Amino acid sequence: MATQTSINVSHLSKSFGSVEAVSDLSFSVQPGQVTGFLGPNGAGKTTTLRILLGLVAASSGSATFGGQTYRELPRPLAMVGTALEASSFHPGRTARDHLAIYATAAAIDRTRVDLVLDQVGLGGLSRRRVGGYSLGMRQRLGLAFALLGDPRVLVLDEPINGLDPEGIRWIRAFLRQLAEEGRTVLVSSHLLSEVHQSVDSAVIISRGRLVYEGSLAGLESTARVLVDAPDRAGLVAALRAAGAAIEQVGAALSVASLGAAEVGAIAHRAGVSLSLLNTEQAGLEDAFLALVGAESPPGGVPATTERIPA
Amino acid sequence: MNLVNATRAEFSKLLTVRLWWILAIVLFVYVGFTAGLLAGVFTGLIDSTGDQLPAALADVHLIVYSSASSIGYVFPVLLGALVTTSEFRHQTLTPTFLANPRRGQVLLAKVITLAVFGAFYGAVAVAASVGVGGAVLSVTGGDAMLDSEDTWLLMARAVVAMALWGAVGVGLGAVVPNQVAVIVILLAFTQFLEPVLRLGASVWEWTARLGQYLPGAASDALVGASVFSIAGPGGPSASTMMLEWWQGGLVLLAMALVATAIGYFTTWKRDVT
Ligand SMILES: Nc1ncnc2c1ncn2[C@@H]1O[C@H](COP(=O)(O)OP(=O)(O)OP(=O)(O)O)[C@@H](O)[C@H]1O
Ligand SMILES: [Mg+2]
Repeated sequence: MATQTSINVSHLSKSFGSVEAVSDLSFSVQPGQVTGFLGPNGAGKTTTLRILLGLVAASSGSATFGGQTYRELPRPLAMVGTALEASSFHPGRTARDHLAIYATAAAIDRTRVDLVLDQVGLGGLSRRRVGGYSLGMRQRLGLAFALLGDPRVLVLDEPINGLDPEGIRWIRAFLRQLAEEGRTVLVSSHLLSEVHQSVDSAVIISRGRLVYEGSLAGLESTARVLVDAPDRAGLVAALRAAGAAIEQVGAALSVASLGAAEVGAIAHRAGVSLSLLNTEQAGLEDAFLALVGAESPPGGVPATTERIPA
Repeated sequence: MNLVNATRAEFSKLLTVRLWWILAIVLFVYVGFTAGLLAGVFTGLIDSTGDQLPAALADVHLIVYSSASSIGYVFPVLLGALVTTSEFRHQTLTPTFLANPRRGQVLLAKVITLAVFGAFYGAVAVAASVGVGGAVLSVTGGDAMLDSEDTWLLMARAVVAMALWGAVGVGLGAVVPNQVAVIVILLAFTQFLEPVLRLGASVWEWTARLGQYLPGAASDALVGASVFSIAGPGGPSASTMMLEWWQGGLVLLAMALVATAIGYFTTWKRDVT
């Protein structure tokens, strides 16, 4: 990629009548990495992306690609590739014809059509009417549309929805590769677990507002450690002394802000032997849920436990 | 992302689904059947009245041939309205506006495309009305009048009228983006309401004056003849209450432009969610 382009969203707001879908949202997306755009249902992800793409008019604020709005781009489809969640196809048209139409409209070489269809694994099905496609096949066709103009920026709304495990593995690797080529990749999802293996950084919104922007590692440090000891009082005292925030979760103690190794070391120094020490597997998801203000699943069932003999 | 590319894309959209040729076949059969029937009925009338032809029946061949547009015009409007509303229905406005964010240009390309398809439908309909109607006229002892300049002029104007109707369809589809609603409105108006209004309007002079601006009446004025002009209770006198051919053309053109402009500002520029 000769030039790289970032996405800049600044003080963006959008109301549909009395519904405030996006409020004063600001974030930026850097090239060369995969950025997850996360939030629960109705958080305003799709609305934000549609504003960015010039499909929906903002009430106020701006959303640009390196300073230019989508409409200002000289060749939008060759610069920004888009797959939005809705399946926007005429069922009576073949995949090939579908892509050829938009290639024609955007003055993109027709040879790209078969190329991108092969790339997403639809090569053999491209002459079939889209009406007979499965959800996963439609999702792939949407992705082929996004790739049509060999764009520098990719904006994908829930691209993993409806894909089979093989398809999910494939798209994760594919997004990585696109980012490594220096492209800007923004992928939305309402599930952190769905994308956390494949994104480098995250923009998290809830009810139209930004709640987190930064690396996933930063988010992970807010994950909890579950710990317990026969001498629970001694353990609590030692952890308190080390400045940890402790909460009782079910039959165990939950420690935020410290890693499992640190908790173990503190207990060891205090001479308290542990009966349980476990980094919650759902920690990332819980941190996410805490951020977006949803209820976290009660208890947070530990998936793996290390028992330390007393 | 210029008008030429936009128009080529709109052509591809039409040609890559089956609708256009299905409608074209139905149009041919419908117009051919009607023109043949009219030709048979009129020559029968002429035979029974001997040589005393009613004035309005002097140009039987023109009335038969004009059925191409006077009854066929619903097809290009329907095509235009269906392809426009299908963009809303199948949410294809999203990829369309992603490929070309200049929405006005896209709509103009659609109007141009449907005008061309309308003209093609005009040619199909004229082939049916002149082919079948002319054959029946010849066989039943009438005159097909294919060497008359009037006949060829009428055929050309019918093609122009059908082209304008295609453009009107795009405007209508943009104003009423709900596909079912637009079909109901279109069929109710063209097949029932307008014929009734035209018949009713020919009763008094002042209503007849207004009635000549009804879309179908304007279209018939442009083409120059219509079975409606002899069917009114006012009889032949009502047929004199017709716009000039170029006025009829302007009325159709104005309808296409106004409907498209209203559609552009009301639905085409709206948020695509
Ligand atoms: N066209 C519309 N008219 C009215 N309200 C709308 C419209 N589009 C979106 N909304 C509202 O805006 C809010 C944000 O919706 P949006 O589709 O952007 O959420 P999302 O984050 O994409 O959710 P999901 O994960 O379910 O896709 C919701 O409350 C929704 O009801
Ligand atoms: Mg969404």
